[in-house]
Amino acid sequence: MKGKQMVLGLNGDEAVAYGVKQCNVDVIAAYPITPQTIIVEKISEMVANGEIDAEIILAESEHSALSACVGASAAGARVFTATASQGLALMNEILYIASGLRLPIVMAVVNRALSAPINIHCDHSDTMSVRDSSWIQIYSEDAQEAYDSTIQAFKIAEDRSVLLPAMVTLDGFLISHTIQNVTVLPDKDVLNFVGEHRAIPEIEMEGEKFPLKLDPERPLTFGPLDLYDYYFEHKRQQEEAIKKALSVIKRVNEEFSELSGRRYGNGLVEEYKLEDAEVAIVNMGSAAGTTKYVVDKLRKRGLKVGLLRIRTFRPFPADDIVKILSDLKAVAVMDRSMSFGALGGQLFIEIRNALYDLKNRPLVINYIYGLGGRDVPAKDIKKVFEETSEIAKRGFVKKNELIRFLGLRE
Amino acid sequence: MRCVKLLRGWREIPIAGIPFMSSIEYKTGSWRAKKPIINDKKCIKCGLCWVYCPDFAIKWDGRETPKVDYDFCKGCGICCEECPVKAIEMVRDEG
Repeated sequence: MKGKQMVLGLNGDEAVAYGVKQCNVDVIAAYPITPQTIIVEKISEMVANGEIDAEIILAESEHSALSACVGASAAGARVFTATASQGLALMNEILYIASGLRLPIVMAVVNRALSAPINIHCDHSDTMSVRDSSWIQIYSEDAQEAYDSTIQAFKIAEDRSVLLPAMVTLDGFLISHTIQNVTVLPDKDVLNFVGEHRAIPEIEMEGEKFPLKLDPERPLTFGPLDLYDYYFEHKRQQEEAIKKALSVIKRVNEEFSELSGRRYGNGLVEEYKLEDAEVAIVNMGSAAGTTKYVVDKLRKRGLKVGLLRIRTFRPFPADDIVKILSDLKAVAVMDRSMSFGALGGQLFIEIRNALYDLKNRPLVINYIYGLGGRDVPAKDIKKVFEETSEIAKRGFVKKNELIRFLGLRE
Repeated sequence: MRCVKLLRGWREIPIAGIPFMSSIEYKTGSWRAKKPIINDKKCIKCGLCWVYCPDFAIKWDGRETPKVDYDFCKGCGICCEECPVKAIEMVRDEG
């Protein structure tokens, strides 16, 4: 039975903490860093008030925080952590261990630029730099989605066919510190949705079944030496698992929409006014909100423009993207991060790659934008639409138009 | 004649790198360059080599001279270093 939902004034960080509280998490290990701090503060407060029956470990670094999460998750606990920027960079080594050991840890990453020079504001360089770590990555557009995605992430990560850790990202300050009306589910509904405890999967060895966790009664070795004879096979299993997450994320998005009435496209990508569009922008995170506003404005003037928001960057929903973009004339991919020395930003590289096999493919150009929290006003998004429409009309991309910097002073 | 074990495919093995065969099947003794020889006459049966062996490759019943399990001894030489009466010698292992 679905209960009545409640509207609260929460910023993105508080919304994430509220979601974590409702998911009956056993262990939270974290280290505070701007702009994620509020998440850890709020959860500490909830634990201290007895609102959550969880063990909170305030570690001396992010490396230790995620290591503690790995231990707790290997023991069968439902585990949460949160970080940003330098903290995520410091966790790098343990990220690969968490995914390699197939531990469904959920982590909120509040996107913030990487040093140097030091900067506390939003861009996606931090999560983009760990895109190959076999963690699921879901990018939120606003505080509501950060709350919803946090709850969904537990269900996705813990699915038997996935068993991989998941990151839910929210743009630093733009979402994390901006108060919004967030509609929250009743505690009981969330608990029913994610399950009271983490379901421990079984693995079979020599015809015998073992629960996949550290248990003195049925001992297993986690993380032993795995050389050239089996390491490759284990990595192939990880690739299979993250690909399986594509359908799990879609399914969880549907189930969540039945429960809450809220859905985010098909869970992987969200289309906005693309049915008859000729020109589109592809982006992620909070800039998608501004883009929707601009699309509405330009549509009123009769321009056939639209937006494709990538919600799930890992696993990369290539099939959905190809299907949606194939009929367009020109597409502008916006990257809030730089892959230095590469042929464009990370999102651009993947999207252009995905479209390569199409006979009739749209022209694709790249804009790097918003680094270090550089504002992305509606007029900049409008400029992207105008320039992309011009390229669509012309029918080819000039060399100096392929990769450009939006909002940069020359 | 050596028996070659058929390696299994990625669909057949447990996930997460959990070892699905016992470490007893990995004969790490082949890594060795030098092997320890325990001199029965010098040995005072104190058991320190048994205590210090990082691989449980020294077997001891608590009374007799300890024995080295050459299937697993990697030849690290810690037993030789720790023996208080110099009863263990590391000699070149010719295989």
